[in-house]
Amino acid sequence: MQRYSGFGLAKHALSHNENWQRMWRNPTPKKKYDVIIVGGGGHGLATAYYLAKEHGITNVAVIEKGWLGGGNTARNTTIVRSNYLWDEAAELYEHAMKLWEGLSQDLNYNVMFSQRGVLNLGHTLQDMRDIQRRVNANRLNGIDGEVLDTQQVKEICPVLDCSPNTRYPVLGASWQPRGGVARHDAVAWGFARGADALGVDLIQQTEVIGMRIEDGQILGVETTRGFIAAETVGCVAAGNSGVLARMAGIKLPLESHPLQALVSEPIKPVLDTVVMSNHVHGYCSQSDKGDLVIGAGIDGYNGYGQRGSYPTIEHTLQAIVEMFPTFSRVRMNRQWGGIVDTCPDACPILSATPVKGLFFNCGWGTGGFKATPGSGNVFAWTLAKGYAHPIAAPFSIDRFVSGKLIDEHGAAGVAH
Amino acid sequence: MLHIYCPYCGEHREESEFRPKGQAHILRPKDPDNCSDEVWADYLFFRDNPRGLHHEMWLHATGCRKYFNVTRDTVSYEILETYKMGEQPKITAQSRAAGGEK
Repeated sequence: MQRYSGFGLAKHALSHNENWQRMWRNPTPKKKYDVIIVGGGGHGLATAYYLAKEHGITNVAVIEKGWLGGGNTARNTTIVRSNYLWDEAAELYEHAMKLWEGLSQDLNYNVMFSQRGVLNLGHTLQDMRDIQRRVNANRLNGIDGEVLDTQQVKEICPVLDCSPNTRYPVLGASWQPRGGVARHDAVAWGFARGADALGVDLIQQTEVIGMRIEDGQILGVETTRGFIAAETVGCVAAGNSGVLARMAGIKLPLESHPLQALVSEPIKPVLDTVVMSNHVHGYCSQSDKGDLVIGAGIDGYNGYGQRGSYPTIEHTLQAIVEMFPTFSRVRMNRQWGGIVDTCPDACPILSATPVKGLFFNCGWGTGGFKATPGSGNVFAWTLAKGYAHPIAAPFSIDRFVSGKLIDEHGAAGVAH
Repeated sequence: MLHIYCPYCGEHREESEFRPKGQAHILRPKDPDNCSDEVWADYLFFRDNPRGLHHEMWLHATGCRKYFNVTRDTVSYEILETYKMGEQPKITAQSRAAGGEK
C-alpha cells in the first residue's frame, strides 16, 4: 500500500499527480475463503479490516452487489456521538467513539473526523428530565456530557432560535463535546484501502442470490458470479438483511424503511456544531463544503425503494425552519433515501444464528454510521472466535425471545 | 405522494391523510398464557418484511379514522389493491407468480 503523507503529496505534485496507486484491487473471486462478508458498506469493510488486522484472518472476501460504500454509508447525515442511555448501548457506541478518535492515523486515510460537539435539544419539562437522566447515565459510563440551559445553548449555537416566542421554546440541551461528524465516503474508502492492503478481496458488482447450507452448517454463498465457499459468513447488509436471512430460512425482527436526507446549496459558515431535536424532530449540521446536511424521521411504510416521500421532506424542513428561521430561504440542492433496517428496540443485532457459521450484523436502523468502526471491530472478533464479543453479546437475536431488550427508543436523543 | 383508495370512504385520498400501521393479518396467539416464548416473540416482534408484495394495515387518520388493508409493492411502492378489515387479499405473491400477470 502506498502510504499517504505530506511529503508524498509534494512528491506526486511534481509528477503532475499521475503516479498515484489505485486504492484497492479489483480481484476475481477465489473458489474458497476462510470468511465471506456479505455487504461492502462501512460496517462490512470495517469488519474485514479488523479481521485481517487484529485476528490475522486475511483470506477474506467482501461481496457487494453494487459498489463499495454505495448504500447507507453514502446516504446518512454523518453524525457521530455515543450519548446512549443504557449501559449496553453506551458501551458499544463509546467503543466506536474511541476508535473514531484514532481512525485517520490507524487507516493512514483522512476520514475528516471533526469533534465539533452534538447538541440534543430539550423543548419540554419532560425532555429536560430525560436529558438529565441520560447525561447522568452517560457520565457514570465515562462518556462526556453536560446539561445546558437556554443561554448556554445560545452561546454555542447563535443561529438557533432560542427565543421564548417559538411554539416549542428551547429549554436547554444535552451537549456531547466529543461528538461530531466524519466524512462518510472516506470512512468506507479508508477501511476498503486498509483491508485490501492486508489481502482482503473486495468483490463488487456481485450479488448474493442464495446460501448453501448442509446439516445446519453454512458452506458458502451462491452469487451472480457462481458459488463461493466459506464456512464462516457474516451478513452486514442493512436494509437487505431480511432478504439474506430468508435465503437461509431465518426470520429477523426487522422492518426496512426509507430514511431520507437532504443537503442545501452551499452557504457561508453558519453552523459549527451538530443540532438535533427530538421534539421538533429534525437534525442539522453544516458540511465543510458549506451545505446544510439535514435529516429527520423515517418514512412510516416498509420500503426498499431507496427514495422517500414528499410529505416526509415537508415535515423535515418544517422542523428545520422551526429551529432555524434564518434557513427558510436557503434552497435545497439534493434529496435522497437509504433503506434502514429498524429493530423493535432501536438497537442493533450482532448475533450468531441457528445456522452454524452464519452471523448477522444488522438492525442498526437510523443510527448505524456513528458505530461503523466499533461495529466492525466487535463483529470481526465474533467471526474470528465463533462466539460473541463481550460488548456484542447483549445484542444477540435471543433478546427478542428472552425479553431482555435494550430500549433506546427516544432515549437516544432523537426519535427514530 | 401516494394516492390511496379508502375502501370505507370509497374514494382516493392523498397519502398525508393516512398512517401506515405495519404488517396485516397478524394473528394474536389464542392462549397467550400457555404459548411458548418463541411463539409470543414471533407475534410481537418478528415480521415478514418482504422485498416485493406486502400486505399491510393503514389508518385513515384524518378521514374516516378506520383501519383497512393494502397490498403494496415495497420496491415500486405501487398499490395493487385495498380491502376492508376481515377480508383477504385477492393479489398475493403466489397468485402473482401463478398468473404471470402483474
